[in-house]
Amino acid sequence: MSAMSPAAIKTSPAQLGRWGVWILLAVLLLGLLSAWLGQDPAIQNLDQNLATPSTTHWLGTDHLGRDLLARLGEAVRVSFWLALGSALLAVGLGTVLGLCAAWQRGLTERLLCLCADGVAAIPGLLWVLLVAALAPGQKWALYSGLVLTAWVEFFRLVRSRASMTLAGDAVQAGRLLGFGAPYLLRWHVLPPLWPDLLRLWSYAVANAVLAVAALGFVGVGLRPPTAELGLMMTEALPYYDEAPWLLAGPVLLLVLVVAALQSATRPHERERAHERTPVAGPGPAYPPPAQCTSPTGSHPAGGLQFCPERR
Amino acid sequence: MSMGWTLATRQGVRLLGQSALVAGAVGVLSFVMTRALPGDAAYRIAAGRYGYDRVDTAAADAVRSELGLDQPAWQQLLHWLGDLLQLRLGDSMVSGDPVIDEITHQLGHTLQLSLAAWLLAITLGLLLGSWVALRGGHWSARWIQPMCTLLRASPAFVLGVVLMLGLGVHLDWLPVAGHGEAINLVLPALALALTLLPGMTQVVSQRLRQVLASDAFEFALTKGLHLPAALWRHALAPLALGTLAYAGMQLVLLVEGVVVVESLVAWPGIGHALVHAVLARDVPMIQGTALAMGLLFVLLNGLMDAAVQWLDPRLREPAGRSAA
Repeated sequence: MSAMSPAAIKTSPAQLGRWGVWILLAVLLLGLLSAWLGQDPAIQNLDQNLATPSTTHWLGTDHLGRDLLARLGEAVRVSFWLALGSALLAVGLGTVLGLCAAWQRGLTERLLCLCADGVAAIPGLLWVLLVAALAPGQKWALYSGLVLTAWVEFFRLVRSRASMTLAGDAVQAGRLLGFGAPYLLRWHVLPPLWPDLLRLWSYAVANAVLAVAALGFVGVGLRPPTAELGLMMTEALPYYDEAPWLLAGPVLLLVLVVAALQSATRPHERERAHERTPVAGPGPAYPPPAQCTSPTGSHPAGGLQFCPERR
Repeated sequence: MSMGWTLATRQGVRLLGQSALVAGAVGVLSFVMTRALPGDAAYRIAAGRYGYDRVDTAAADAVRSELGLDQPAWQQLLHWLGDLLQLRLGDSMVSGDPVIDEITHQLGHTLQLSLAAWLLAITLGLLLGSWVALRGGHWSARWIQPMCTLLRASPAFVLGVVLMLGLGVHLDWLPVAGHGEAINLVLPALALALTLLPGMTQVVSQRLRQVLASDAFEFALTKGLHLPAALWRHALAPLALGTLAYAGMQLVLLVEGVVVVESLVAWPGIGHALVHAVLARDVPMIQGTALAMGLLFVLLNGLMDAAVQWLDPRLREPAGRSAA
């Protein structure tokens, strides 16, 4: 069996994570610095359109003579603002609802699970597209669409983990000792959740960045004067022959950012392949109300499936 | 036997429930969309019909009275949901053709594209994954992982653009857009397949490595089977099962990819139609296409689960018997 050396696919998660963090910091810095120091992303200069990279315009200019670096900076701000904000809201919503479901059980849990299944029954991008179509070009519509699709993952994770913790000995003992709900949540339920929530959060951010770019690319997301990665690609496409760097900028930036965000979720990937196949027989100790993970409950990006841990 | 039936019934009920959820959500959202859109829908629809240069108040009024856009909201909603219940999706506000006809026409194209992409991804994934698992030390296998990381971070539209410019414009091997001939299918299918590929490769290699390390496989080799024979006999079933289960999970990626890739290469499928309907504010068409995509997604998921259950004998028999 000399053939199966695992070295080929081995990636050290810590190393990757650090690499990702540096990239993200650099990109965020670009976004912030260009807001104060750079040129105005909206100023047009038609004498200078499609200029090659130079000392005044480090990455050249687009078809309207707008500075590409400044526009990339604005795109970073727009993307991150949308993605971080919607992911944060989704974490909050998903966690609160998940705790509600795990704590209350019964009808509340059934109803919330039904909602989650309903949302998961339609692919995420389709939801965002439909909700964004309610108010074309508006940021709040994009926000709502993104939050609407993203909360389900957090809800499922929190619900399944919290209901396991709540049924455990520590919480039982705490209840017998007379501790109230806030104390139990603070010291028993939430602490083990943080690492997974953080990981899932970075996944949600990556998904949101991708969704916003995809919608911008097909023309139903944000509207043209805004610099947005997908939109910039569409705008650069006709000028590909004269100015290939116009297209390369947003493409590279998007791939880099998403790769960096995804690298934070990497450690989990190893376990997920076989978690999906349901195994009959002496199964793992699922939490008692196990009706909530539907087969359509896969991740919006075909990714993680959070089953309760098997210990 | 009765076990199998109850399982099938339960799955059928769940499938129906999910379909109902999808239909309800899409229906209500579409209706809200007709009410919440800013501006006068009549003008937009008239522009979609007659062209932007030929819209005037008379044309907009004609559209308004023809489509009943001047009725109160609750009447329209009742009308709307009643129609949906009877699967009467109405006529497209732009082309005037029945939505159902347009969708059945587009569905074929979308299915063709998704199936081609899916098969391509599975084939490539099996090849690359097995290569990594069997020949991990080979120099080419070392390149597969970084490539997968790169592909994983690239959304379908970026891959589509890169392929379009690389294979279509620079090398001039493939047409960049169009449909009707087999060669036109290659580029969008490849773009979609490449988005599915990294996950598939990883699952296959992981799965195969597990099998190779198992006692059963070692015993098969010890008793004298050749490696190919042992792989065929002992690795195929678990590999097929794992790959299929994972392929089901990737349907989301596929459906999302279809929307953007179809728009990119002007493939006359449902995703393309959906985006254009959103742009033209053609709500019956938005509803129809979103409904078709949602239901297709639910149905394919159900089929995938059924296939996994059919392949896995552990899921067909009660747990006690197989263990005994």
